[in-house]
Amino acid sequence: MSNAILWMRDITKDFNGVKALDGVSIVVERGEVHAICGENGAGKSTLMKVLSGVYPHGSFGGSIEFEGHPTAYKSINDSEHDGIVIIHQELALSPYLSIAENIFLGNENAKRGIIDWNKTNREAATLLARVGLNENPATPVLELGVGKQQLVEIAKALSKRVKLLILDEPTAALNDDDSEHLLTLINHLREQGITCIIISHKLKEIRKIADTVTIIRDGKTIESFSMKEDDASESRIIRSMVGRPLDNQFPPRTPDIGEEYFRVENWNAYHPVDTERKVVDDASFTVRAGEIVGFAGLMGAGRTELAMSIFGRSYGINISGRVFKAGKEIQTRTVSEAIQNGLAYATEDRKKYGLNLIADIAENISAAGLDKLAKGGVVDRNKETKVAEEYRASMNIKTPSVSAIVGKLSGGNQQKVVLSKWMFTGPDVLILDEPTRGIDVGAKYEIYGIINELAAQGKAVIVISSELPELIGLSDRIYTISEGRITGEVAKAEATQETLMHYMTAGRD
Amino acid sequence: MSNTATEAPSEPTGKAPVKSARKLRIDLRQYGILAALAIIIVLFQILTNGRLLMPGNINNLIQQNSYVLILAIGMVIVIIAGHIDLSVGSVVALVGAVAALSMNSWGLPWWAAVIIALVVGAVIGAWQGFWVAFVGIPAFIVTLAGMLIFRGLTLVLLTGGTISGLPDEFTAIGAGWIPPFLGEALDGRDVLTLVLGLLASAGFVIQQIRTRATLRKLDLPREPAVSTIVKSVILVVAIMALAWQLSGYSGTPIILIILAVLILLYTFILNRSVFGRHVYAMGGNLFAAQMSGVKTKWINFAIFVNMGVLAGLAGVVATARAGSAVASAGQNYELDAIAAVFIGGAAVQGGVGTVVGAVIGGLVMGVLNMGLSILSVDAAWQQAIKGLVLLLAVAFDIINKRRSGR
Repeated sequence: MSNAILWMRDITKDFNGVKALDGVSIVVERGEVHAICGENGAGKSTLMKVLSGVYPHGSFGGSIEFEGHPTAYKSINDSEHDGIVIIHQELALSPYLSIAENIFLGNENAKRGIIDWNKTNREAATLLARVGLNENPATPVLELGVGKQQLVEIAKALSKRVKLLILDEPTAALNDDDSEHLLTLINHLREQGITCIIISHKLKEIRKIADTVTIIRDGKTIESFSMKEDDASESRIIRSMVGRPLDNQFPPRTPDIGEEYFRVENWNAYHPVDTERKVVDDASFTVRAGEIVGFAGLMGAGRTELAMSIFGRSYGINISGRVFKAGKEIQTRTVSEAIQNGLAYATEDRKKYGLNLIADIAENISAAGLDKLAKGGVVDRNKETKVAEEYRASMNIKTPSVSAIVGKLSGGNQQKVVLSKWMFTGPDVLILDEPTRGIDVGAKYEIYGIINELAAQGKAVIVISSELPELIGLSDRIYTISEGRITGEVAKAEATQETLMHYMTAGRD
Repeated sequence: MSNTATEAPSEPTGKAPVKSARKLRIDLRQYGILAALAIIIVLFQILTNGRLLMPGNINNLIQQNSYVLILAIGMVIVIIAGHIDLSVGSVVALVGAVAALSMNSWGLPWWAAVIIALVVGAVIGAWQGFWVAFVGIPAFIVTLAGMLIFRGLTLVLLTGGTISGLPDEFTAIGAGWIPPFLGEALDGRDVLTLVLGLLASAGFVIQQIRTRATLRKLDLPREPAVSTIVKSVILVVAIMALAWQLSGYSGTPIILIILAVLILLYTFILNRSVFGRHVYAMGGNLFAAQMSGVKTKWINFAIFVNMGVLAGLAGVVATARAGSAVASAGQNYELDAIAAVFIGGAAVQGGVGTVVGAVIGGLVMGVLNMGLSILSVDAAWQQAIKGLVLLLAVAFDIINKRRSGR
């Protein structure tokens, strides 16, 4: 009926019984730019991995048809052979190799294993001209900025005779000029007949460039419409993106909010590698005693970067700004200084940053507050065991013994160990980054109860979360972050998923 | 919104973890190595027609391996923290040269030479620790450079020659015995050695009983009483057999006492001190340790200073045992120490390892050496066999870990 290049029908994919995709369908017309939108965890990346063969044929349900033929890709190589190329947000270039070498990596111009350098460099130069990158093909990639590296990735895709180019958050790491250039390039590619799928949070970009938008939520296709339709608007996209069911339940709480307790003024931080890029841009916010303040933002918005740069400058460079607690300015230059000044930060990635998985529960709980258990540098292990037992009881950590290895606990119990660790340091201000990620409903409810309890003790609590219903249910007030800036402050009474998403996708003007 | 809902969701599905008491886990690991040591001893005892465990050989086993054991104690801390130290062999030679010079050329007393040796070791450790901890150069590179630098400095100091004729008090550290204060009994046996054996046995048994009592008080899992009794009996028999053999030879080697003190001290430091905790935390997950406020740079620095001091001590012992300082001293000691640590169950990725394990690992290598020498196996073959043992020990550990799903 139509001139579709790609049909994906009723795609389902589950991980250990958890449905990541639950019947997604998508039709991409030949030669169009097709945007896919959705909240964090909606299933966009999983869908692209299914398409490109990262998840091999047979490991998911549903059918895929590309250029009129059903596909059965076993690996990325198979899909690239057909002309489907994905460019991930994290660029995959080898920094010490030249532009030309990167473009032809794994696909070298060679005879009997000997590389033809003249041909390689000549073809690379042609490809660079096509993507509008004015660089010598022999330049090592590490000398290029992120924007130019992205162009090298696209040149690499073109060298594989790409028919369907998939760009995952292509402008997330780019400055305005580079973004503008990239969008122009995508327009050019469309004119040359290359079809593009672009995953993006930036609605202004989508309005500018996309022909069609498909919105995914909770592993399902919500709707798909042409941007030329009369009622195609940013607010329509937002409406479809949010609207997650509010099926989380929250323990009852009567907020008892006191005076302003914690304040951050004009906080700035730059990316540690891409040093020109501001990841936190002049952020100022306050938290009152006994208040739960939520931070909403999409992936890459700078929520975790804000928290980590405040907590002992654990992330970023050229950090500036001031932190006040109870009206007095405090320093948080190292993690131990931040802890001493009453801050605690439970990290987003608990396995990488939060826990020593090969140590036991007691050792993990005491890890940040060991000084409290030690006299003259010697740890009182009996006291340590007692403390751990107290937290096991009060936090309801399900384990036969506090000497169980943390790596063997379930996600919910691991998170309770992380929270115990920070509660033991006796903090006044707690920053909880994605405190319920990857844990089951029952444990979530328990953790909400713990967060409420911390606020009831008069502590200032900051919760960072990707789940808007969770933030709305839990917080007294919510800040939204987009592109490193605080773009909105919403009181509980006015907080709806739509208003939040509106601020979360607010681009620079 | 819906935050007023009060009904709790269905029962959480937090899975109960498998029983795994900390004490039990580590002990099981060490029993494996201990069993390997026992098997090797029995094997060579049979192959050598009982010559392996003759009093003189036991005495030599202790004195010959003491410096590697001292190095292994420092090395296990380095390896738990995720580093390596390739320079200790050269440090042994350099420190030995400085100690010998200070006595023979500068006329200092033996105790001053020992102090200087330890200080030189500490300074070397601080030098390497600075590069590793504060500049961020991988320890492999820093200590590879150190291996060359300190060997070279030794050659400069000794100008290619040998310094011999060291004072008796000094050589006694490596090759002497504690004087028989308590006289002799039972066919000329040294009473002091037997008394020390009894004290050590009693100390071990008391410690076992106290551990059980504490665990009972805190209601933590304990190993079955039978297993404690069997363990105690075996150890007491082993200690007393050792004391009996040594008492019939020349008595208690001074170095055995030094070793015993080091083993107890460092076991305590690793298990009970904040420093030890931070070492394990860094090795287990460096990021998590940093985000918990561990001052990782200073811990790394301290680890290398400590390694330097112990290398200095090993230099003193090795020079004392040899009775002279030569530029080629301590060659390949770093490899023996590293091998001992890994045979003793330390993990290549860091985070796991014990002092006792490293010492047992060192003894495995020592017994192999001695047994093969008694059997007159060619030195070239000895080396090949030791290499194979190291490979198998680590392979066994890794396969075991994979099977237990970690």
